[in-house]
Amino acid sequence: MIQETFAIGSSPMHRMDPRLKIIAATVFSVQTAISDHFFTLITALILGVAMVILARLKFFLVLKRLLIVNGFIFFLWLVLPLTFPGEAIFSLGPLDYTLSGVILSAGITLKSNAILLSLIALTGTSYLATLGYALNQLKVPDKIIYLFLITYRYIFVIEQEYQRLIRAARVRCFEPGTNLHTYRTYAYLIGMLFVKASARAERVYHAMLCRGFAGKFHTLRQFSFTKSDLVWAFTLSAGLMFMGYLEWMKTTLF
Amino acid sequence: MDENNVILRLDNICFGYPGAGKKVLDHLNFSIHAGQKVGLIGPNGSGKSTLLHIVMGLLRPDSGHVEFLGQRPETEKDFRLIRRQVGLVFQNADDQLFSPTVLEDVAFGPLNMGKSPDQASEMSVRILNELNLNGFENRITYKLSGGEKKLVALATVLVMEPKVLFLDEPSTGLDESTREHIIDILNRLDITIVMVSHEYDYLARTTQTIYTLNNGKVEYCCNSEDLHTHYHSHPAGRMPHGHEDHR
Repeated sequence: MIQETFAIGSSPMHRMDPRLKIIAATVFSVQTAISDHFFTLITALILGVAMVILARLKFFLVLKRLLIVNGFIFFLWLVLPLTFPGEAIFSLGPLDYTLSGVILSAGITLKSNAILLSLIALTGTSYLATLGYALNQLKVPDKIIYLFLITYRYIFVIEQEYQRLIRAARVRCFEPGTNLHTYRTYAYLIGMLFVKASARAERVYHAMLCRGFAGKFHTLRQFSFTKSDLVWAFTLSAGLMFMGYLEWMKTTLF
Repeated sequence: MDENNVILRLDNICFGYPGAGKKVLDHLNFSIHAGQKVGLIGPNGSGKSTLLHIVMGLLRPDSGHVEFLGQRPETEKDFRLIRRQVGLVFQNADDQLFSPTVLEDVAFGPLNMGKSPDQASEMSVRILNELNLNGFENRITYKLSGGEKKLVALATVLVMEPKVLFLDEPSTGLDESTREHIIDILNRLDITIVMVSHEYDYLARTTQTIYTLNNGKVEYCCNSEDLHTHYHSHPAGRMPHGHEDHR
């Protein structure tokens, strides 16, 4: 189950207008992703950390999320310096561990962590449903938002259905192995899951029709852009502009 | 009952699912009068849910007509207008509750009817309070218990202030106290109710007249009053059974 642990709280980050959060997270992520210079990236990381601190999230839980991503990045550190051409720091037999590879890996590490931290601090501090409605007000097409919200709602139901099917197989002594019977059983299970999901989709749609649904999704939520949101908008823009300035001035460590 | 008082009439309805040989509904005729509380009982697969879907315009009959307050809806647009006045509570509450929070789900109908967000919220809070669901507004729908889901599903339909309320198996899978709570709510409602179930005692306690759906046709079964006394004298009243000898 998706727990949305970060969404609970009352920090400045939690109180910020979700529309502002979505815009800020998008601009920040894109800008960080296309920046190349280390000062810019380190600034981005510092901004990311600062936002997480402001969101008053549990340090341990944030670290756990970061570890998952950095687990993948670890493999980049193994592979990239060995495959990237450049000046060798040391050699492993026929393979050179190159400086340019290390710089590239370090850049990727900084970027991913900065982006992840900003996403945790900005979008993670709102409930998924709230984000859906905020996207709606940002004029994202209705159909994308339905998909988003209804997927979120029914992913649990489909997961339960999957568990039910698996249990039904297990109580009849099904043990997965490397054989045709296993493949066939899994194919049936997955097929049945699709059939059930589609039948449920139809029932949900019928229920929506019965309550007067005519293709337009209305929302109860009205977001208000407060004075403190304005202050935040300026602060975040200033940070982003500073990053842009560093990148433009080609401030570099190496 | 006088003919002018008919709120909903099913006229010679035939319906069969493609591939199935036998017709589920076979020249079915059924009228419901304003203010009536009607139970519809029938074995599994007798077409009870199909009948409800035809009334709501979710399925179109092969032949025959649905008539609501003297009008014959034909197109999806016609049925949309009818659905504002006829509510259907689905058998499985999970199908009915699709919004993230209870308040949003209850407000979905009023918003579709063109109410402003403020009005819709107010109506939703009011109906939740009426059903003793105070404080449920911000609960997450998928985290509710089975009984709570059922009550919220009922609220999502009642908030639209329907003239006729259809309930598809409202008592299945509920514990005793939720069943009692729903019986209490239904008995307090001053609208036309049609309840589909295969539990005699539940129907006996919530409706006045009981019909059966058998071989694709609706037939008069009995008056709930007769069943009511019977229910008290018979601890196993919930089991389907004959009742002629008890009268």
